[in-house]
Amino acid sequence: MTETARDRILARLRSAPREEAPRPPEPAIGTAPELSGRIDQLTTRLEAMRAVVRRTTAALWLEALIALLRERGWSTLLYAPETPLGAAIENAWAQDGDGLPALVAYAEPIESFKERLFTVEAAITSTAGAVADTGALILRPDGREPRLMSLVPPVHVAVLQAQSIFATLEDAMRAGGWAADMPTNMVLVSGPSKTADIELTLAFGVHGPKELIVLIVE
Amino acid sequence: MRRPRGRQRTAFPRKDQNPLKPNPVYFFGTCLIESFFPRAGEAAIRLIEREGVPVRFPAGQSCCGQPAYNSGYPDDARAVARQQLRAFPDDEAPIVVPSGSCAGMMKHHYPGLFAGEPDQALAERFAGRVVEWSEFMAARLGVELEDRGAPLKVTWHSSCHAMREMNVIAHSKGLIRQLSRVELVELARERECCGFGGTFAVKHPAISGALVTDKVDDIRATGAERVIAGDCGCLLNITGAIAHRGLPIRGQHLAEFIWERTHGS
Amino acid sequence: MGPEEFDRNVELALADAQLRRNFAFAMGSFIARRQAVFSDAAQTERLRGQGQALKRRVLSRLPELLEELEANCTRNGIQVHWAETPAVANRLVLDIIERHAATRVVKGKSMVSEEMHLNAFLEKHGVEVVETDLGEFIIQLNGETPSHIIVPAIHKNKQQIARIFHEKVPGAPYTEEVEELNAIARATLRRKFAEAGVGISGVNFAVAETGTLCLVENEGNGRMCTTLPPVHIAVMGLEKVVEKLADLPPLLRLLTGSATGQFITTYVNLISSPRRAGEKDGPTEVHLVILDNGRSRIYADPELRQTLQCVRCGTCLNHCPVYTRIGGHAYGFVPGADRQDPQPPGFRTGPGRRPHHGLEPLRRLRGGLPRQDPHHRAAAAPAQRGGVTGGRERRARPRQPPQPNGAAGLGRVAVSQHPPAGQPPAELAAGPHRQRAAPGGAPGALDPLPKGAPFRPHPAAPPGEGDRNQR
Repeated sequence: MTETARDRILARLRSAPREEAPRPPEPAIGTAPELSGRIDQLTTRLEAMRAVVRRTTAALWLEALIALLRERGWSTLLYAPETPLGAAIENAWAQDGDGLPALVAYAEPIESFKERLFTVEAAITSTAGAVADTGALILRPDGREPRLMSLVPPVHVAVLQAQSIFATLEDAMRAGGWAADMPTNMVLVSGPSKTADIELTLAFGVHGPKELIVLIVE
Repeated sequence: MRRPRGRQRTAFPRKDQNPLKPNPVYFFGTCLIESFFPRAGEAAIRLIEREGVPVRFPAGQSCCGQPAYNSGYPDDARAVARQQLRAFPDDEAPIVVPSGSCAGMMKHHYPGLFAGEPDQALAERFAGRVVEWSEFMAARLGVELEDRGAPLKVTWHSSCHAMREMNVIAHSKGLIRQLSRVELVELARERECCGFGGTFAVKHPAISGALVTDKVDDIRATGAERVIAGDCGCLLNITGAIAHRGLPIRGQHLAEFIWERTHGS
Repeated sequence: MGPEEFDRNVELALADAQLRRNFAFAMGSFIARRQAVFSDAAQTERLRGQGQALKRRVLSRLPELLEELEANCTRNGIQVHWAETPAVANRLVLDIIERHAATRVVKGKSMVSEEMHLNAFLEKHGVEVVETDLGEFIIQLNGETPSHIIVPAIHKNKQQIARIFHEKVPGAPYTEEVEELNAIARATLRRKFAEAGVGISGVNFAVAETGTLCLVENEGNGRMCTTLPPVHIAVMGLEKVVEKLADLPPLLRLLTGSATGQFITTYVNLISSPRRAGEKDGPTEVHLVILDNGRSRIYADPELRQTLQCVRCGTCLNHCPVYTRIGGHAYGFVPGADRQDPQPPGFRTGPGRRPHHGLEPLRRLRGGLPRQDPHHRAAAAPAQRGGVTGGRERRARPRQPPQPNGAAGLGRVAVSQHPPAGQPPAELAAGPHRQRAAPGGAPGALDPLPKGAPFRPHPAAPPGEGDRNQR
């Protein structure tokens, strides 16, 4: 059997003198701030990254969403029909879709959906939680709620359940058992797409969404 | 005995009787003090002795070896360094160095330079005894300074090695702040190199020149009449650039400055 | 590049007032932002200590972790490839592209691909490569290389960028408005993302435990490159592996805090597999190319090994007074990224040839790179001269063996920066030594101080002279 690049590289690494280095102890888990403190911290951080945060409740979130949509007047809204969020939206639109954006369902593979995807004005997704101390949403896209929803449209509306806001990324990882169950893709999102590549001048929406709007549902 | 004193305190034992003080100490003169700033060396010694600590200057000392070491010539550096190991008696007395750069070389790099060599143990003992001058004055001797000079505005330049390797800037500035009629104005970009960098200034004069130009601009912006530093390499570079531009700013080693302020000369 | 060429570059760079202003402003901003994020000194020290320990741990188990990474990636459906040299890595990438008959590639910023000179290679083989990070896009349009690993076009101001866009992007109007320039890039690149057959990215951390590739970015181009095209190829240096998923939070904090002064980047991508059954988007193939290019040899050297702890945040550049004055291009390679500079700038030997002096001990996961300088320089210096020691102690450092691809090894690269062998370096000839060590350096065998030396403190010991207090 011929020796491969892999074998040679690993052989060189194995033949090198080693220094023992134990795993550092995991930092002690600090006492997480109360939920309201976590919400406040997340809000502060997200707003500092130019995300728009609106706080609402389980009873009122749909009204808040509809108010937002009427206010902003986007003509199309991309949504994931197979999710609970999608079902709630379909239901609301069925009751009174007047003055609301036309719904566009992400219901087929990207290969046939690409053209349409690039023309929608806004998208709404759920979130798998958030991290308060750095300020970031946790997105865990899947077959029902695909990855590009939160990336391609110019506006991303994210619905976040307040009780899924963790104090730190470490907490979120531990509580969610991430290491045992990594999906195809996860992404932490802390604001709208941005760049400072021209004279360090901050500009938004260079590739991804120009706006990130977070509805925190308490 | 010649012992100019800033003030006499009767509540405490005479400084020269304090059993906690080292006796004696050795002094490493450094090349640049030897060649360009002899008064700084004399002042540094006098200020230690004024505290009642005898100073010995071993003959045969020369360079710490840093130029060769930093240029990638460890064998040459080792030969020069070994000369210092031999020149200083192998005892417990501190080796005081009026330069963060040379002190850093001897304290932090000698052990590695002699690792695996017959002189390794000696180099480690030697390194353990090295102390930068301002730290020695402030932390080991606990000097108290009485300012006898006229009001004066100065700024302070931190050498890279004194700041990052020896970590003695707090001691250096602490000594200046003891001088009641001296106003210390900090540089805006204190943490930045003046452009000397030892052999760097020789090898890359254009970059070095750009750095020192900015450093002098910074010094000038403080409105200080004098720039004080603890390393004569930086001083040589900075005062040269100041002179070149014809600016009315003086550069001085910390020891010379303190001697002048407290002795009245 | 020889020393003369470097000196010419320096002269040009120093004469370019615009360039100096750009760099002074940009690097000053980075330093200030970083300080703001790491304002709690004690907490920062703890974080750095943790990061350092994690990276040390990785180095202590590097071959095992790479195998674990490979096994878990493979289990997840990511195809893993190994390359000893950039030439092999480039060929692997091209083979994948050709297998899919792709002619267009979109690429996220990847310093290891700069090290590989991947773009030039692919373009030579008829593949259109579009850099999609805005800074990389700008310099690619203008046929340049990055001048900074985090902000590649930092040497350009908006007027210069306006001209580049107007001249190189079909239909682009001349505008100096940063918002409008960004909009031009967005419109141009969106089409490229949608049409590309392959997306190429780098990797910031590869998690052995889960077979996960972690990429940080602010623009979203990384997400585009790794989600839209049907094939994703990630390239990484073999030092990017980390042990556990739980190691990411502190390392991410250190990286983003140091690189851009952010608590976290806009996007942190965690990619663990190609598109799975039932999923509607994402690439159907994900490849990981693991590049050695001398790293395994660096690993074998106990002194150099810690350079593999570098996370390439670029803070060393921001704080380097030399780099800040002359910019990245004067070096003739991309500091922190280039083929002959597979490690952070401190790796490239030769005083002044790379950012070093006055380096703040800020980033580096407390790796202590400056402490290694003498080591690098010794490896780079011409053969030790016999002058001082009469050759008795001659012990030239072992040279690094030539790299497998024939790229210059450590020694060869840097020797060209020094005077020809046999000629003493200037600093020693002109050095302030007032005397040379006698062979053997025995006590008492030393010359006395020269007469007339301006500073002649009393020698030690002799009665009446040795102790000033007795005067």
